[in-house]
Amino acid sequence: MSETKKFMYVNRHAPYGTVYALEGLEVVLIGAAFEQDVSMAFIGDGVFQLKQGQDTADSDMKNFSPAYRALGDYEVNCLYVERESLEERGLNEDDLMPLTWEDEDDDWAEKKSIHIVSRAQLSDLLEEQDVILNF
Amino acid sequence: MKFSVMVNEGPYTHQAADTAYHFIDAALRAGHEVFRVFFYHDGVNNGTRMTTPPQDDRNIVNRWSALAVEYDLDLVLCVAAAQRRGILDADEAKRNGKDGDNIAPGFRISGLGQLIEAGIQSDRVVVFGG
Repeated sequence: MSETKKFMYVNRHAPYGTVYALEGLEVVLIGAAFEQDVSMAFIGDGVFQLKQGQDTADSDMKNFSPAYRALGDYEVNCLYVERESLEERGLNEDDLMPLTWEDEDDDWAEKKSIHIVSRAQLSDLLEEQDVILNF
Repeated sequence: MKFSVMVNEGPYTHQAADTAYHFIDAALRAGHEVFRVFFYHDGVNNGTRMTTPPQDDRNIVNRWSALAVEYDLDLVLCVAAAQRRGILDADEAKRNGKDGDNIAPGFRISGLGQLIEAGIQSDRVVVFGG
């Protein structure tokens, strides 16, 4: 499989309440082995997946938020978060986990994985994709 | 055109499995190819032969099995999602120490890589439900 396609994983659900976010992340981590051009988008309640300081102790749900920190090691380092979705929920970039990746082409410089984009920009990004999987 | 289809909801609660079935049926009858159907999340419940709907309703599971025979369709249940929801073939039952299996004819259990490969190999991936 030499062909490289642009894959975008679109996350629309809150991290808890349904299993979509957890099982969606499992697809991203497995998919990373296929060396495709991968990005993730977070829209609607999906932006809550990246929120800092998640604590699930009282609900007995598995807190899988640390797994997002591993995405950079899997070369999944383009996470687009829709600005309007953040604002609609009273959030801003400082509320999100400071996810980073190390760029081996730039002397392993640590770079931010999260990019805040407008709804219109995200629309353009979706247009560029070959495969869109939504969770 | 070469399609792959992802089914993310179980039968009967959501209509996604019905819509996916009708889409695939129509695509095949129109001469298109369906490379793979991948069942994820509660979608894996489309693949249990224990389903017993009322006689005056559609049998969603049997309908998939029949389509698989007619068109040699590749129906794949995600192993991780299937294990969580108690969908097993004979090998998985043995591996996990369970006393029986319940996978329906025409389905097979495999990994998430099958979904990514379907995305790479197909002209379009169409997602139903979720």
